Amino acid sequence: MTHILLVGNPNVGKSALFSRITGVRIVASNYPGTTVGFTKGYFKSGEEQVQVTDVPGTYTLEPTSKAEEVAVEMLKDGDMVINVIDATNLERNLNLTLQLLKRQIPVIVALNMWDDTRHRGINIDVARLEELLGVPIVPTVGVTGQGIKELVRRFPEASVPKTTYSGSNERWARIGDIVNQVQSLSHHHHTWYEHLEDACNDRIGGIFIALLVLSASFWFIRFVGEGIISYIAEPLFEWLWTPLLMKLSLALGSGGFWHNILIGKPINGQIDYSQSFGLLSTGFYIPLGAVLPYIISFYLVLGMLEDVGYLPRLAILMDTLMHKLGLHGYAIIPTILGFGCNVPGIMATRILESRRERFIAATLISIGIPCAALQAMIIGLVGQRGLQYVAMVYGSLFISWLIIGFILNHSVKGFSPEILVEIPPYRLPLLRVIAEKLWLRVSGFIKEALPVVLATVLVINILYALGIFNSIANAAAPVLTNLLGLPKETIVALVVGFLRKDVAIGMLAPLALTAKQLVISSTVLAMFFPCAATFVILARELGARDTLKAAGIMIAAALTMGGLQNLIL
Amino acid sequence: MYQGRQMTLRQMNIGQTGTVVTILGGRGLMQRLEGLGIRPGKKVIKISSTLFRGPVTLRVDSTQVAVGFGMASKIVVELDKYLPGDTATR
Repeated sequence: MTHILLVGNPNVGKSALFSRITGVRIVASNYPGTTVGFTKGYFKSGEEQVQVTDVPGTYTLEPTSKAEEVAVEMLKDGDMVINVIDATNLERNLNLTLQLLKRQIPVIVALNMWDDTRHRGINIDVARLEELLGVPIVPTVGVTGQGIKELVRRFPEASVPKTTYSGSNERWARIGDIVNQVQSLSHHHHTWYEHLEDACNDRIGGIFIALLVLSASFWFIRFVGEGIISYIAEPLFEWLWTPLLMKLSLALGSGGFWHNILIGKPINGQIDYSQSFGLLSTGFYIPLGAVLPYIISFYLVLGMLEDVGYLPRLAILMDTLMHKLGLHGYAIIPTILGFGCNVPGIMATRILESRRERFIAATLISIGIPCAALQAMIIGLVGQRGLQYVAMVYGSLFISWLIIGFILNHSVKGFSPEILVEIPPYRLPLLRVIAEKLWLRVSGFIKEALPVVLATVLVINILYALGIFNSIANAAAPVLTNLLGLPKETIVALVVGFLRKDVAIGMLAPLALTAKQLVISSTVLAMFFPCAATFVILARELGARDTLKAAGIMIAAALTMGGLQNLIL
Repeated sequence: MYQGRQMTLRQMNIGQTGTVVTILGGRGLMQRLEGLGIRPGKKVIKISSTLFRGPVTLRVDSTQVAVGFGMASKIVVELDKYLPGDTATR
């Protein structure tokens, strides 16, 4: 089977082209380092099945970081390379192209972002460039699909030209020569996004805009999330699902083993989605009724911020603060992804240069960054008692994040490298692209989270029926009551937190806790231990030893923070 | 007249243009900067700096790049000829 590799500088649109060629939808964004693993897809060329791999972006084949090493390593397995070039940055991109042409692998060039060259007053003589490089060159626009058919049609023409240069000085001289021959620039007027770029670059203006963007995002996430819950999710459950469950409840004889597992305990003779805890009642309500609305609103906002190109600018503003935590500003990107789900957040720490940074960033994400599912439940449950209590949970998490980062920076050997990153231009995201990406992430949540939530609720019911929770609760009672001031029943929620934290918060609902106890238990639950999925990813990314270290830090930090809250609040 | 005056990227004023002369760093740093298009002989414009010794952004060709404060102190630039009365050009 032919194996084609998509190779190019970071943020030139490889992932968008990949989706266009293979039809496999993957997340593409407007910042360097969106793709950290490699994604494979297939398409049919005539009778033959062709494999396409989306390789993480690299600036050079003389690797300077781990991610670039991976990219270079993968070249060995390919039969052909599609070199994706950002047409608005010809010179820098040709540096990689010329290095690729020296390898004995056929190359075809996709001159991507072709639509941008026109507004920027850049004219490229494609025929002349093709002649000079000796490989086919096809102008493309990944996000709209322009030029993709032509690109695929010309795959067979991919070739290994005779390229002669030695050393990087000669290579740059040759690139300079090519650029002079094929590219001409004409004057262009400042677009309104360029004015916005200037405003964000201003020292004070940048901070002001960041505060505005972050508070608007937070407000929008809550507004849309709550809106979906009260106008769509709750009515659907109440009018469609409850009557069905009531019929089932009657059919099951309003009680007994199966009734308890499927419908749960009736509360005042009614099904209560937050307290009944049956597989079909609470088991469906938590992921679909309470969490899904916030998943939709969070990823809608994240997708827009990603595609506009705002995140790298935020990274620059956060750089000084992040250095205090042993990281540099770009670590804010995995952190923000962690607010959706810690799993992709921890995966994205691969964009950081050193092992030390990856350890610190992954540990901080799993302690201090609550995922969207957890946040939705905290806002729902703790928010009933007043928003000041929600603020206490977030405040405690933020303080822990800062303090633990500070301690790790001073205790983990090594130093933090400096930021060096390309700032992409602002782009106006296409609605269709935003919608596709949102659908990709939301359907991913439903496919991955729903079965785990249902399994968790099932396990809880079985363990309750067997009485196992009682013995755990009695064993843990001294720590919980003396240190944290929580009733011993909350241990059940903490244990369930190993599986799914949203379900765990849900289990606090029937316990009749005081507002203070809710704040403490939510905070401890958020920090205590990563959920099973996060734990697996941590182990894969950090290795067993560092994962155990991180887990030790989490438990110590959670107990310390919970104990302090118990003393102070 | 600023002609021929050399300084580091960090010391440049915002909006000033110049040509990279040398990079005071090891091969690793040189290679990383080269990948982003920053190498001796390239024209750069300083776009912004950040409070509290934060990163410096510059434009090289049509790319904006942010470099850490320390790195910005290692990039030596020769300022373009500048006559009083000229306005900064982009």
